[in-house]
Amino acid sequence: MALTKQEWLSLEKEASELRQLCLQTTNWAGSGHMGGSLSSVDILTLLYYKYMNFDPKNCDDPDRDRCVVSKGHIGLAIASLFAKLGLIEVEQLKTFNLTGSKLGIHLDSNKVRGLDTSTGSLGHGSALALGITLAARVKGKKYKTFLLLGDGECDEGSVWEAAMATSNFKATDLITIVDRNKMMIDGKTEEVMQLEPFADKWTAFGFDVVEVDGHNLYELSNALEYAIKAKEKPVCIIANTVKGEGISYMAGNYKWHYGAVDEDKFNTGKKDLEEYYQKRLARVEKEGK
Amino acid sequence: MAGGLSFTAVETTKLATAEIYGKTLCELGAENPNVVALTADLAGSTKIGDFQAKFPDRFFNVGIAEQNLMGIAAGMAKGGLVPFASTFSVFASLRALDQVHTDICYQNVNVKIIGTHSGTSFGQGGSTHHAIEDFAVIRALVNVTLICPADGIETGVAVRAAANTPGPFYIRINRGFDQTVYNTPDYGFQIGKAVEMFEGTDLTIIACGACVYQAVQAARILQFDHKLNVRVLNMHTIKPIDREAILKAVKETRRIITVEDHSVIGGLGSAVAEVVVESGKACAFRKLGMQDKFSAIGLHEDLMAMHELDSAGIVKNVLEVMKADFEVDEDWGDEV
Repeated sequence: MALTKQEWLSLEKEASELRQLCLQTTNWAGSGHMGGSLSSVDILTLLYYKYMNFDPKNCDDPDRDRCVVSKGHIGLAIASLFAKLGLIEVEQLKTFNLTGSKLGIHLDSNKVRGLDTSTGSLGHGSALALGITLAARVKGKKYKTFLLLGDGECDEGSVWEAAMATSNFKATDLITIVDRNKMMIDGKTEEVMQLEPFADKWTAFGFDVVEVDGHNLYELSNALEYAIKAKEKPVCIIANTVKGEGISYMAGNYKWHYGAVDEDKFNTGKKDLEEYYQKRLARVEKEGK
Repeated sequence: MAGGLSFTAVETTKLATAEIYGKTLCELGAENPNVVALTADLAGSTKIGDFQAKFPDRFFNVGIAEQNLMGIAAGMAKGGLVPFASTFSVFASLRALDQVHTDICYQNVNVKIIGTHSGTSFGQGGSTHHAIEDFAVIRALVNVTLICPADGIETGVAVRAAANTPGPFYIRINRGFDQTVYNTPDYGFQIGKAVEMFEGTDLTIIACGACVYQAVQAARILQFDHKLNVRVLNMHTIKPIDREAILKAVKETRRIITVEDHSVIGGLGSAVAEVVVESGKACAFRKLGMQDKFSAIGLHEDLMAMHELDSAGIVKNVLEVMKADFEVDEDWGDEV
């Protein structure tokens, strides 16, 4: 079922709050991976607020859906999301990156409840997610596993080892979403190491590929519904996104892979995000049904 | 059956060590529906074909992709399974090290890595297929238990112990047949506890893997031909190492030789040396193994001899260390 206007509006609100909280946490922590966090916010919002069978109050449920965030450097976005979901306290975000904190750049699943895997070293999440999916098969469980990949990490051979195996084992309960923000630490993906023709690569590895605007919740939602229902081939959703989406001085600038936010930047960012939210609401008003 | 193994010592002499692992894995598979087996195109070589035949739905061949092997195994453990990931030791410890470190050890998940063709046991494969650094590498990882069984029976017992103990394990076994050290599984195997194979107070040989058999042979020769009573310890668990047995050996024999089919850097010898040095007690000490050199190509037994890991090489080194000038100090208490 496509998103109703009401659902869309409600998800826009969650996504907007999450963007603001990411910025706030970066301000508290002094610095953070804002670029890749903001490009993933819409994907994470749809997963955790709509599509995943996941109850924060029962986050150890063996039947819950899983989410493997392979681009583990967005611990900032995940911690902010988990604070919104009540898995950690918002106050705890003030300890982000502090010595001895349970929260840091790359989150540790042995320290953070509700987090399915520890990631950070890139190119690891795909195999982990496939293992979790195959475990469901062996144990006769029905849960789904969502895998959020960064596009830059698709340079890693291990991503393709796992992609080959995912289609070999017909693991259609594993839904791959690539945050295609087209940037990595050293610059544009196509300049550092060419990924295109990117969709063709996934197709060649046996995936059914769906390309969408990763900042359009309606389009993303349709893609996720399609992927969840697919039983023939595993689906890879290529979500075309913008690094630093929503903040004027970050959007599309690879230098905002990681950075510090002083008071000026924080205040500008807050204002930008509010304007961005209003623009998105206007779009829902126009296009929502 | 004794020790939980369903096969006898006589049978084990007819089986390659990896075959005993394969049989034990089948038993575990029958007992526990969560046990799954994975490999990277080495089902035949690592002898888990029987498991594949008996439990096809719990067998996963990921192709020649060892990083994927370890990552998938970690994910499966996250999903509540007990994965046994089998490949050659050299690939488990080096090719897939990042996944072993990050996905298995850091997350502290219940994955059992079985490294076969370890040390120089795949002698003719040459140095691309020898694993002479795996102790050093795996020992440095947090949360892992590292075991190097002395023979087939000990392999069966160790694999069973690993299945029944939560957390990451790395068990290193040889290609082909090992000489029989034990004729019963009921010799008291305990993770982290060395087994005394031969009594003695003149010197202690601390060995693991195939070197245990050679050390016992050497001890017999030393006793008969040289009137030396040499203690032999089977240090099957490299991590956590049995500090108590090492310190007892220092105190009671004052001379230690370590013997391993591995580099002398970072392996069993280094682990023992760390315990000795930290204790502040003096001890004559020598490490046998690959002396910071890649091994030649050849039959395993020839390579063992080449690196003085066979009984003759061990006897020669024991006699040399016995001759070393070493002052016996009865006053133990003043040395700390």
